[in-house]
Amino acid sequence: MESFIQQVINGLQLGLMYALIALGYTMVYGTIGLINFAHGDVFMIGAFVGYLGYSSWGLPWPVAIIVSMAVCAALGVVIERIAYRPLRYAPKIAALISAIGVSFFLEYGSSLKFIFGPDYRVVQRPFRSITWNLGGVSITNIQVVIMAVVIIFLLFLLFLVFKTKIGAAMRTVSFDHDAARLMGVDVDKTISFTFAIGSALAAVGGVLYAIAYPQIYPFMGIMPGLKAFTAAVLGGIGQIPGAVLGSLIMGQVETMTAAYISSQLRDAIAFAILILVLLIRPSGILGRSQQEKI
Amino acid sequence: MGGVMFQNINKMLLMVIGAVVLYVLLKIMITTGVINPYWQRVLFYSLIVTIGALGLGVIYGFTGQFSLGHAAFVGLGAYSAGYFSKTFGQYGGLSFIGALLVGMVFAGLMGFLIGVPVLRLKSDYLGIATLGFGFIVKVALDNADKIIPELGGARGMVGTPQVANLEWLFFTALIVIVLTRNFIFSTYGRACTSIREDETAADMIGVNTFKTKLMAFTFGCALAGLGGGLYAHTYPFICPGDFYFLQSFDYLIVVVLGGLGSMTGTVVTAIGWAFLLEGLRFVLGPQFVDFRGVIYALILIITILVRRQGIFGGKEFGFLVPQVRREKPDAALRG
Repeated sequence: MESFIQQVINGLQLGLMYALIALGYTMVYGTIGLINFAHGDVFMIGAFVGYLGYSSWGLPWPVAIIVSMAVCAALGVVIERIAYRPLRYAPKIAALISAIGVSFFLEYGSSLKFIFGPDYRVVQRPFRSITWNLGGVSITNIQVVIMAVVIIFLLFLLFLVFKTKIGAAMRTVSFDHDAARLMGVDVDKTISFTFAIGSALAAVGGVLYAIAYPQIYPFMGIMPGLKAFTAAVLGGIGQIPGAVLGSLIMGQVETMTAAYISSQLRDAIAFAILILVLLIRPSGILGRSQQEKI
Repeated sequence: MGGVMFQNINKMLLMVIGAVVLYVLLKIMITTGVINPYWQRVLFYSLIVTIGALGLGVIYGFTGQFSLGHAAFVGLGAYSAGYFSKTFGQYGGLSFIGALLVGMVFAGLMGFLIGVPVLRLKSDYLGIATLGFGFIVKVALDNADKIIPELGGARGMVGTPQVANLEWLFFTALIVIVLTRNFIFSTYGRACTSIREDETAADMIGVNTFKTKLMAFTFGCALAGLGGGLYAHTYPFICPGDFYFLQSFDYLIVVVLGGLGSMTGTVVTAIGWAFLLEGLRFVLGPQFVDFRGVIYALILIITILVRRQGIFGGKEFGFLVPQVRREKPDAALRG
């Protein structure tokens, strides 16, 4: 029983980290209907900047997270402006290919020797790892920090989206660009803002990921990115609660599979569950099914 | 009417002559060493990509079914064909044909089986489901050696007879181009295009949309399997990582950059793409070879920004379009 609770906690940690990435995917998909394949690489940049921030530049780690968020927010806005905006009303696939191109650009660009270099780096944690033992279940201070930070940002995001003016604009744009314009919403600015928020969250995810699984390299964003996106689809893409729910499920499934079945089957079972869920609910668990209009 | 028939035959003759001339040219260049073994491998790879990409072209370009798992079917074809050859390889060319058929049929069958449930999904959801299938195939291949040791699992499979050569690859690619062309311009192909344009409308004019989508998907996956079969007999070592989601993206990039719904675009882009990737290595030299990925990414982004409809944007070379036997109204009156 203790070991089961232990796995639940480990799964929760992974799931919450996926949630930070998945939110960026789901918000971008909600507003412009694009699978932003470069999002996982923004997460990677976030991890690198955060790590360099508290190790090489000597910043305290919470400040490093904020610097990393700022860098990634700017990066997200620039990516949208250059690579996606010119294709916004082109067929969706054009922007998707552009996103794949941006993803390659960030990966190979970071691998250049004068940027981050192609090697794996072992990350020094900004604080020492302490393990508490609570009745057979061990919790580390890293897990506590991660959970606290993620939950703070989730609450902040919910406040932003549902209680502020810019959040209302984001929700309006996600319904209909033209209608949003008619209501006086600056669609371009709102989309830029969405990218900024999504990328900043990915940066937080990146720094926490580097602290939790202490290794970073230029291609580290691919798998967490795809998993987080899958989680967003699982929960119902375009829905903020769906992204969180999907991520939590994904985290549990992966951890449980690794613990009780086989760590090699982790991806296969996670994706098999995704396919099964999509077959039963084609727009995800919390997704609204769209009526076909003729 | 007779004139049209004559034109058709003329066109076919030209195509055959063109193909033979191209083949002879390539053959001479390879034997005289103008194309060295390195570029010969690139040429072979480009032909394999052409075959696989034509498959995705049918699935996505002509039928509009978004697939992000195409390389998985290439892999299924490669592994099944390779396994067949390793088992029955002593019978020479005949067993090679058998292996290619096995690769094709196995990948097609898997495409059919996965298509039945997932083709009910639409656009991005279909893409994610096929992406997921690709991951499942990768894990299955990684662990395949636990059931069939010859498949090698994550360590990769070796020992497939390396019998594919220019003749096999060139003429298979040619046959696939003709086959795809005939499929696209058949009644079934028209039904596929109608689904791409508007599935509901296609349904209303009496196209059995599900069956048609399934047929196109199976056909495309079978072509992927054929490409895989050739791959397994061209490269002495194959591993599950050769058929992962990044390779699926490669096929998607080729098909989209070529222009959706353009066979010409797919063929030209597939070949151009393979040569571009290796050519960059050559052009940049050892000093700047690190920049290869970055430049490739920039070419990708700039191409799609400039030509959002793809390089060929749905257009075809004339010889890939069969003559439509449609008489002009005045000709009909005179006739």
